[in-house]
Amino acid sequence: MAGSGSIAVVTEVLEGQLTEQTFEALAAARSVAHALPGGEVVAVLGGAANAGLAVQLGAADRVLHLADPALDRYSPDAYEAALRAAFAERAPRLIVVPNTTVGMDLAAGLAALLGLPLAAYCVGLAADGDAVIATCQIYGGKILAEVALAGPGVVSIIPGSYPAADGRTEGTPQIETVTRAPAAPRLRLVDYSVAESGDVDITKQAILVSVGRGIGGPENLEVAEALASALGGVVSASRPVTDAGWLPKTRQVGKSGVTVKPKLYIALGISGAPEHLQGMKDSELIVAINSDPGAPIFNVAHYGIVGDVLEVAPALTEKLAAG
Amino acid sequence: MRIAVLLKPVPDIVEQLEVAPDGRDLARDELTYRLNEFDDYALEEALRLKAAGAAEVVALALDSDEADSVLYTAIAKGADRAIKVTGAPEDARDPRAGALMFAAALRPLQADLVLAGVQAPDDLEGQTPPLVGAALGLPHASVVTGIELSGTSVTVTQEFSGGLVAKLQGDLPVVLGVQASREPPRYAAVSRVRAAMASGKLETVAVDVPLSAPRVELRRLYKPETTSHAEMLDGATNDAAAKLAGILRERGFGGR
Repeated sequence: MAGSGSIAVVTEVLEGQLTEQTFEALAAARSVAHALPGGEVVAVLGGAANAGLAVQLGAADRVLHLADPALDRYSPDAYEAALRAAFAERAPRLIVVPNTTVGMDLAAGLAALLGLPLAAYCVGLAADGDAVIATCQIYGGKILAEVALAGPGVVSIIPGSYPAADGRTEGTPQIETVTRAPAAPRLRLVDYSVAESGDVDITKQAILVSVGRGIGGPENLEVAEALASALGGVVSASRPVTDAGWLPKTRQVGKSGVTVKPKLYIALGISGAPEHLQGMKDSELIVAINSDPGAPIFNVAHYGIVGDVLEVAPALTEKLAAG
Repeated sequence: MRIAVLLKPVPDIVEQLEVAPDGRDLARDELTYRLNEFDDYALEEALRLKAAGAAEVVALALDSDEADSVLYTAIAKGADRAIKVTGAPEDARDPRAGALMFAAALRPLQADLVLAGVQAPDDLEGQTPPLVGAALGLPHASVVTGIELSGTSVTVTQEFSGGLVAKLQGDLPVVLGVQASREPPRYAAVSRVRAAMASGKLETVAVDVPLSAPRVELRRLYKPETTSHAEMLDGATNDAAAKLAGILRERGFGGR
């Protein structure tokens, strides 16, 4: 990765698999590589046990494999230390990180440790002469910031911003393997687990009535339940609702929940933060009911009603039942 | 045991946001501010940890028009101390400079645990927890949904998408970006906030930070031009609901 033209993509391996967001980040890197002088894409893959995944990284020109057993499974401190050392040595032109939990750990930490600027929440990359232009989504998706990185820097890519298919090219690029005596991470990984659901699996539902903060309180959930029942669907939620404990975590749609693609998704009182939109925007039919006409949810919805959820939803339930 | 919580007032994004005429900032006159919601979770988690064991909770905020109210509210909720960090030679809203200011104020505090919200609506150039962790040379983790203290060690629950969670363990001190608290944040009664203000318990710490943090070059801020928008069904509640019911039924939903 020597040479100032390289674009390093931090790959993300969870449960032994490269994540979808890794391929999206590769697609983002690929989209500007040709416009940068000498721009080659280098995928950085951690973990001695993960070498076999390199065959999926054909979208990169090269793979830098950090073959350290401490990186087999992701943990923040071990990855930060390993990547810091690798990047300090190689000085890539641009470091691309998916804006996931992994990216939240690494992008800002690495930028600070390496003394590089960071453009977080990036939804698009472009080149302007030698500068990299990042378009970033801030203030809950209500504002876009166009920023320039004239020299080396870090960008974190919001999931769903680039098609993963564009970064998913078979073929094994040339692999450079680095082994280094690992320092003991200060935050040690004990284990990974998957939350037992024992609840309905919202990814398998054809119809979801999803509630957000705008529902007001747990006492109003019955409004959503009634609508879901009239439609033959189930109730799901955005993060604030599950964080507040109104519904179990298993019902959460979005970045820290699950991605759903039902035939019908009705968003009640969900403003549509980017983290939520990325988990439901590919639903076949999206309906939004919200009191804020400027709510970003209306930008992905097919049909919208501006109004009080607690009035509109019961009225809709009644009309459906009367039908 | 000392737990520091970093608090940041941010523009309320439920409100209409406008870009200033020069395209370099929000039109700030129009804004209402509130505590960053994730910082509220961080404060709640700190207060829960305090209740579960002996700990002192110290709330910190960078000097701004809204800092006092955020800090007095933290006292009203149960924080033992509240510190306003002053001394920014330029706009402390830049998260990189802000993180350096927090780090400078934290160094003499010697906190065992530093908590802040995992992200904020305005942290274009980086989230506070990893930036502060890096500045202090401390390990850090983001998207934290559980914290357990045991002596000088901490067990952290970190959340990934799809219900995957990691358990991490390490020695204090660490910096954690809180995604959610175990219970919803408590409310502070207005009377208690007033009492906190009357107590004048606010401390001020001046820091001298060379603002050499690398920054991106901001070219412009703008509101997204939406390429698509929902077809809005208007009219009185009943009319709009009837239109929607018709559309849904036409597509085979809600039929029986």
